[in-house]
Amino acid sequence: MFERGVSKVDHGAPIIENLFGISWLSVNLSNILMMFITSVIVFVLCVLGARRLQMKPTGAQNAMEWVLDFVKGIINDTMDWKTGKLFLPLGLTLFTYILVGNMLGVMTNGVVGHDLWWKSPTADPGITLTLSAMVIVLTHFYGIKLRGGKEYVKDYFRPMWPLFPIKIVEEFSNTLTLGLRLFGNLYAGEVLLALLVGLTTSSWLGFLGGAIPFLAWQGFSIFIGGIQAFIFTMLTMVYMSHKVSEEH
Amino acid sequence: MQAFTEYSVINAALGGFHVVDMITQLFFFLILLILVRKFAWGPVMDMMQKREDYVAGEIEAAEKSREEAEKASNEAVEQLKQTKQEAQKIVEDAKNAGVRQEQDIIAAARAEADRIKHAAQADIQNEKEKALQALQDKVASLSVLIASKVIEKEISTQDQEKLINDYIKEVGEEL
Repeated sequence: MFERGVSKVDHGAPIIENLFGISWLSVNLSNILMMFITSVIVFVLCVLGARRLQMKPTGAQNAMEWVLDFVKGIINDTMDWKTGKLFLPLGLTLFTYILVGNMLGVMTNGVVGHDLWWKSPTADPGITLTLSAMVIVLTHFYGIKLRGGKEYVKDYFRPMWPLFPIKIVEEFSNTLTLGLRLFGNLYAGEVLLALLVGLTTSSWLGFLGGAIPFLAWQGFSIFIGGIQAFIFTMLTMVYMSHKVSEEH
Repeated sequence: MQAFTEYSVINAALGGFHVVDMITQLFFFLILLILVRKFAWGPVMDMMQKREDYVAGEIEAAEKSREEAEKASNEAVEQLKQTKQEAQKIVEDAKNAGVRQEQDIIAAARAEADRIKHAAQADIQNEKEKALQALQDKVASLSVLIASKVIEKEISTQDQEKLINDYIKEVGEEL
């Protein structure tokens, strides 16, 4: 039932192919686990942060409001706040989910047997592309909802009609770049971390040579994780503003 | 065959696309979105909105009370000025009234004195006339007496008259 794919240098992934005997249905159990863990961590952190809200913020409430203001700033950069506040929960959830997901993979990678179970959920192209596709679908949905179908269709022929094919391609390229950027950064980070772990644990010499680059790369990965969460949220709002704002 | 194997290895290395993963991700994300909005970000946003409103309200109230205070202070200054003017006016009035009263009193006293003086003069005149009258009466009776005495001595009427007049004159001068 388990077919081991080769992932992260020499570790497999807990992939079940042909689920329920359906040939195209497959599942990577590690992804499911990490999505669940990430969601739970985000939810618990947010709810803990939102306990005992007061007019004078203290402790966790300050952190929550800082994150909120941060995402609010991202939205304010791309569109006016009147329409933008509609997307604040989306931006917040995207930012926190991707940030926590990125950090999980940077801090630890867990291998059970030969399978890689504990990793970033965002280091999987299927997951990042699902997120980016969801974002693009939402931009179209809100574009039609807020500006009407006529304006939405007209936008494909602006500023002049020959650009129509390019506009169509743009929608798909946006989806691909948004998802694959996140995946690529996180996956590369994890591959390099796995390589350095392999080097560090191989021998004494390897430990001496690999420990410092490992620490450096881990720090850099944390930085990349934060930046990528920010970029994903930022671009989401940019694409959203292209669809919902009057001016371009 | 070789190409296919290589392709599948890369595909597997990337983890491949797993439909169940993608559906699960979408499901988890939407559930997470709804849950954190309801239990975490919603209340935080409400609180921030509430604080914003509160601060705006406080600023407005402060501005309003400041304006009111300014108005009240202006009013007080105005009132003080008015009161001062009134007080000055009262003092002035009192002074004027005092001067007038003084003059009135002096005038009245003067008039009274005049009246008394005149009355006294009139009295004196009166008494004088009364005395003269009485004297004349007395003189008449005296003269009758004298006359009778003179007649006894047979004095002419001319002498008699002269005598009377002289007598009267004497009396008048004495008076």
